[in-house]
Amino acid sequence: MSLFILTAAAVIFIAAFGYSSYYFRNQILANVEKNAEAVTMATVSKIEVVLGGVEKVPSFLARNLQGGRPTLPSLQKQIIDLLQTNPEIFGSAVAYEPFAFDKKSMYFAPYICRGGYGGLVPSFLGGEDYQYFFLDWYQIPKELGKAVWSEPYFDEGAGNIMMSTYSVPFYNFKEGEKVFTGIVTADISLEWLKEIIEKLTPHQAGYSFLISRNGVFVSHPDKDYIMRESIFSIAEANQDASLREIGRDMLRGGKGFVTLNRHFAGQKAWMYYAPLPSLGWSIGLVFPEEKLFAGISRLKVVILGIGGAGFLALLVVIFVISGTITKPLRILADKAGEIARGNLEVEVPPVRSHDEVEVLSHSFKNMQVALKEYIANLAETTAAKERIESELKIARTIQMSFLPKRFPPFPEKEEFEIFAALEPAKEVGGDLYDFFLIDDEHVFFSIGDVSGKGVPAALFMAVTKTLIKGIASQAVFPSLALEQVNQELCKDNESSMFVTVCCGILNFRTGELLFSNAGHNLPVVIHAAGAVDWLNSPEGFLLGVMEDAHYETLRLKLNPGDTLILYTDGVTEAMNDRKEFFTDQALLRTLAACQERDPEALVAGVMKAVKEFAGPEPQSDDITVLALRYRGR
Amino acid sequence: MRTREGILTRSVLVAAVVASLLIILPGLAAAAGELRTMTFIPQWLPQAQFAGCYVAFEKGFYREEGIDLKILKGGPDAPAAAMLASRRADFTTMFLSEALQHREKQLPIVNIGQIMQRSGFILVAKKGRGINKPADLNQKKVSLWPNFQVQPQAFFRKYGLSVKTVVQGATVNLFLRGGVDAASAMWYNEYHTIINAGVNEDELTTFFFDQHGLNFPEDGIYVLKETYERDPEGCCRFARATRKGWEYAFAHPEEALDVVMKYINAAHTGGNRVHQRWMLTRMKDLIQPGDARDRIGILNPGDYAAVAGALQKSGLIKTVIPLDEFYVPCLEKH
Repeated sequence: MSLFILTAAAVIFIAAFGYSSYYFRNQILANVEKNAEAVTMATVSKIEVVLGGVEKVPSFLARNLQGGRPTLPSLQKQIIDLLQTNPEIFGSAVAYEPFAFDKKSMYFAPYICRGGYGGLVPSFLGGEDYQYFFLDWYQIPKELGKAVWSEPYFDEGAGNIMMSTYSVPFYNFKEGEKVFTGIVTADISLEWLKEIIEKLTPHQAGYSFLISRNGVFVSHPDKDYIMRESIFSIAEANQDASLREIGRDMLRGGKGFVTLNRHFAGQKAWMYYAPLPSLGWSIGLVFPEEKLFAGISRLKVVILGIGGAGFLALLVVIFVISGTITKPLRILADKAGEIARGNLEVEVPPVRSHDEVEVLSHSFKNMQVALKEYIANLAETTAAKERIESELKIARTIQMSFLPKRFPPFPEKEEFEIFAALEPAKEVGGDLYDFFLIDDEHVFFSIGDVSGKGVPAALFMAVTKTLIKGIASQAVFPSLALEQVNQELCKDNESSMFVTVCCGILNFRTGELLFSNAGHNLPVVIHAAGAVDWLNSPEGFLLGVMEDAHYETLRLKLNPGDTLILYTDGVTEAMNDRKEFFTDQALLRTLAACQERDPEALVAGVMKAVKEFAGPEPQSDDITVLALRYRGR
Repeated sequence: MRTREGILTRSVLVAAVVASLLIILPGLAAAAGELRTMTFIPQWLPQAQFAGCYVAFEKGFYREEGIDLKILKGGPDAPAAAMLASRRADFTTMFLSEALQHREKQLPIVNIGQIMQRSGFILVAKKGRGINKPADLNQKKVSLWPNFQVQPQAFFRKYGLSVKTVVQGATVNLFLRGGVDAASAMWYNEYHTIINAGVNEDELTTFFFDQHGLNFPEDGIYVLKETYERDPEGCCRFARATRKGWEYAFAHPEEALDVVMKYINAAHTGGNRVHQRWMLTRMKDLIQPGDARDRIGILNPGDYAAVAGALQKSGLIKTVIPLDEFYVPCLEKH
């Protein structure tokens, strides 16, 4: 994050820095160009005035000569006058075509120049060694038919100074035809011109130079360049095609502000150039970049310094700020970790930053409080649930204690054996069984199953069992007992619970069995001979629903050895993990397969079979089995 | 304008002093021992056209051949033929066509080595004046050097051109200013001067005479016949050392340019290195035009016949002397 901010700041800084450099640079270049142009133009016009003045003098003489042929003394007088009135002219000649002045002489060219001590020295040009007709100063104006300035040259006679000659052709008219007659010249020293050019550029800013029509250096700070190198030889030596093009443009009389490659000025440089129109030469002002942009370079250093310092400051500020922003977050993260480990009592330090962090911190605190409350509630609820569960357990224990659990119950009675077992489901269920002796010959037994589960079922079971025991102990027929129990249960049965019961009274002296059923599963009879069969008792309506329900009593006689098996639907409807029931048939098969026929073994056999069938599937209902065996006397 | 006079007078003075020394020196040298004292004057001002001689001198090749050589400053003030005629120099270089004309004028010189094989003489014109082929020169103004008219005139005849000729001076400025449509030029010298004055090569049309059947091989080494007869071995040694100098110069062009610039600076004749580099490169093209393994310095009989024939035809010489009277094949034997 800090890195990102710093990078962004750096990018902005660099962009701003780059743009300002670029802007200043352009500004400087524009200024330099403008100044260079102004200075050059002023200088050029100054030079032009001087050269224009020089040009007028031989032109005037040439016009005079057009009239006719003067005498030699008058010609010399004119030249002397010319020199005396124009101190900037070093020497002047009037050179005639062969035999044009004098039919007998090939060469005629009086020349007068300034001598060593201010005097004027007359002489004559021309001879076998000096055929002036073929020299540039003579031939070029002749062939071009116009006045021209010569290329610069060193004049040894004048003290090896650099000169240029202005040559004006003059003509005569023969039979109306213009005939070239000769050339008037004016030599001028170029020293003043070189001086002006040198002064054009302040020494510390760069330098200026002058090139002739052929591109040859007339003035240049490097003396070795003068009259020896041309802008094109420099271009060729450095294979710089662009410099050559610049040179060509200079000679064409072009103006411009251009960049120069390293080799021209020893470093990258800019050049302004403009022509000297009368000479056809060109002036160049060279500004080395290093000097041009010295100001910018200093500015760059300062800006970079400021930028660097600002950057460091920014770095510190960012670290401090990001530290203050993230510190509460880091604390919160630590505290969250502690809370996650279960310590809800952690103190969350208050934040007063008036921003998202404060909101977060606040929310965090709220969450902590909510969590605490939730956990407290949960503890309370759990405690309540545990209490209920323990109460249910107690209820269960009480319920179970209703059931006779002492076996054998009547050891003195040898005529029959009775055994019962109730395997309670996890929840409190509603199964019940009971047996007791009515008198010396009759034993009452019953089994039942209350609808639903839980405490209501348990209570209803308790009521039912109590009622059955109270009523059946005086009953003669089980059906009547059931009717009475039904009537009692139906009274005020607002909970609409019901119970299935089957019960019987066995005269264990005779083997006569009275049996009645109120909606319960059919008992099984295991005959002494070994057959296993259903006891087809009359069906009756379940107890607790219809007050005026009637029940029938089945009367049959048990043979000694017969065994009666009573059970609840917890047996036949026991489920395995495939959601299959144990079924009635399985019960019959189980009973038939039992080797031992005493009631306890039978009950244990059924229980075992059911458990094996159910496997790991949790038991959902009470399982109750009661076995009664009639032994007879 | 006083310039020329000044140079002339001074040079004549120098030449006179040198000449008087030369008259005295051979006797001294002979007395001293094995080294032959000899003098050489190139036909023009110091430039890469004579690089072979300068390099041979600087590298001691002449001394190796037993020659104690003096090199004089050549130029317009000291015409080569006159320097030989007046015995002020033993050896010089000359164009073949010039040498034949001098021989005709009773200057008994012999060629002891034909350095250049190909003519560097060209006409150069501005395309801007509508000149692209020889026929375009018709009725145009062309500047010609007074002493070198044979080839151009033969060229004009060959193409049936009627040309207005103007005498060409020492510079090409007349051409540069547009005073003439075409000018004479040495490919190795004036042509590059024009380029170096800002005219691009593609703006120029060139007519190489050797490409128009007018190959007049130029620079050769010349001595007076009597000099050769007095010391044929010494003359051939000079030719061999000169050839070695050229071979060295072509193999080490920058070193050769250093030598040339040294002579140019000593003579104060101006000229820049770029120009000399161009000249040296062109000299190789002209001295060894075909194969770098070609032997330097052989005068081809065919070239000789062609040049002599052309001179005779233009009336510049009357008779063509046999090749073996004009040429000593010093550089063919070794």
